[in-house]
Amino acid sequence: MIELQNVCRTFTVGDQQVAALRDINLRLDTSEYVSIMGPSGSGKSTLLNLLGLLDRPSSGTYLLDDGNVTDLSDEQQAQVRREKIGFVFQSFHLVPRLTAAQNVELPMILAGIPAEERKARVQVLMQNYGLAARADHRPDQLSGGQRQRVAIARATVMNPSVLLADEPTGNLDRHTGWEVLQLLEGLMERGITLVVVTHDAEIGARARRQIHMLDGRILSDEQHEK
Amino acid sequence: MYFRDFLTLTTSSFLNSRMRSFLTGLGIAIGIAAVILLTSIGEGLHQFVLAEFSEFGTNLITVQPGKTQTQGSNVGVIGSIRQLTLDDAEALRHLPYVENVNPGLMGNAELKANGKSRRTTVFGEGRNFSSAFTMKVQSGSFWTDEDNEQARALVVLGTKVRQELFSGQNPLGQYLRIGGQRYRVIGVMESKGQILGMDMDDAVFIPAARGMELFNRPGLMEINVSYRADVDAKTVTRIITERLKELHGREDFTTISQEQALEVLSSVLNVITFAVGALGGISLLVGAVGILTIMTMAVTERTAEIGLLRALGAREKQVLMLFLGEAIMLSALGGVLGLVIGIGVAQGLHLLIPALPVHTPWLYAALAELTAVTIGLAAGVAPAMRAARLDPVEALHAE
Repeated sequence: MIELQNVCRTFTVGDQQVAALRDINLRLDTSEYVSIMGPSGSGKSTLLNLLGLLDRPSSGTYLLDDGNVTDLSDEQQAQVRREKIGFVFQSFHLVPRLTAAQNVELPMILAGIPAEERKARVQVLMQNYGLAARADHRPDQLSGGQRQRVAIARATVMNPSVLLADEPTGNLDRHTGWEVLQLLEGLMERGITLVVVTHDAEIGARARRQIHMLDGRILSDEQHEK
Repeated sequence: MYFRDFLTLTTSSFLNSRMRSFLTGLGIAIGIAAVILLTSIGEGLHQFVLAEFSEFGTNLITVQPGKTQTQGSNVGVIGSIRQLTLDDAEALRHLPYVENVNPGLMGNAELKANGKSRRTTVFGEGRNFSSAFTMKVQSGSFWTDEDNEQARALVVLGTKVRQELFSGQNPLGQYLRIGGQRYRVIGVMESKGQILGMDMDDAVFIPAARGMELFNRPGLMEINVSYRADVDAKTVTRIITERLKELHGREDFTTISQEQALEVLSSVLNVITFAVGALGGISLLVGAVGILTIMTMAVTERTAEIGLLRALGAREKQVLMLFLGEAIMLSALGGVLGLVIGIGVAQGLHLLIPALPVHTPWLYAALAELTAVTIGLAAGVAPAMRAARLDPVEALHAE
């Protein structure tokens, strides 16, 4: 569960203060599927970075699973990211010199999980995502869809409570994009809160809850029954 | 993060750009190789020179006439120096700790025997000559009479003189003319070869009193005192100085202990070894700049990856250690390569030119490797800190 209370984020550009987020109040429940849409510069990426603890609000409060994570130290932030948050990026962000399996293993290596357990978890995930035959391939030997599936496996291997996807289909063709979305949507069954940031209205429309942003404000926040 | 995983991650990035890693490591390798090679030669030279100087044994104190120290009041009384005499040598013989005393002088004279003649070095020595210096008699023996003015005309030959003047004959008991006087041959020395440029085989040895007479000298050139190995050179020097001052009334002589001379020489040679090592160290510095460059490039190239690691929950310290580990591994492996090259070239040189003394001290090898690791650490710190402090959001968007 995520709750943002009166969150603002301002950047200093030159000698000017630019407000990227203005007074955001937002509550996302467990297993919710939310899309955040808006033109570029509307603050949706800043919001995603804040939710992912890669950035800090200038003011306001951020509660994650009932804990206040607003003023954590860098070290504590890293730990929360490791344990509770998964990221999926538009450009996949796979480490090119590591194999698909090693990429999936990476968060567990950083967390200090023993090798045997890592191998077991990677194997299960690769199997589930149809990547078993590709485990030993490097990213440049994989198709775009496969790369994004490896990235999703990596984002979920630590069993996070929130998965943040920034334009997850932006670098994929339409058909592969749908497949990847289906995979992401399937994660909600495991109790993951899924947040997808996109400027593609068609993709955003798949989410039950759709948030539109403009100029750092939430323009609309609608529930759609499917 | 487990250490094994840490190693896997750092090696993977450096194996990924093999050529670049190799060239960077090579920079360090050449530096270490230069240091090892130069110090190997320096140390080899050191041992060679020391071995030359200790040919005669190290428990040796030499007394020479005249005081070499400059003293204001002494100007103009140079002529009043008392010579070192055979009586002085005899007196030193009775001092504690003293094992052998050998009065000595040398000069050049014409030898004649069997119708052949040869100019060689003539050493006037005492009866304990062969034991005072570590020189052995091959056949026959030295004279056993006391060293006094009534010495008999006896001679011990160096091997070369023996060959030249008595080839194919047994020289013992034969006669030899030195500067017109007849000497009976009573011994032949073992071959000793050249020591500090002086051919000890192209020489003959006669009693010191005979030598003084032959060269028309009023005194000895030196008295060599060998002492027990378990006694400090300073103690023996003090005893000798006290006794001679008693006899001469003042200190008109100089004592040089082999031990002190070797110490001075050794420290000079150490400075030389260190200096050439430092010269090689300059190329290490160049290697360090190489590592700094490569690591700076690596951080720039892998900015997005650093952002990803941070997003996956890597702590700043983990990112720092990953890059630092890479720099250290580069320089440590380069260092090992340098050790292999340096020792290999040094030994190869020694095989090609056996006259060139080579010795690689393990301490220098260990220090060189330690230096390589330190250089990696120093050169890696700045890029690694930069990597660790990157803002994750900005880093993620760097492509």
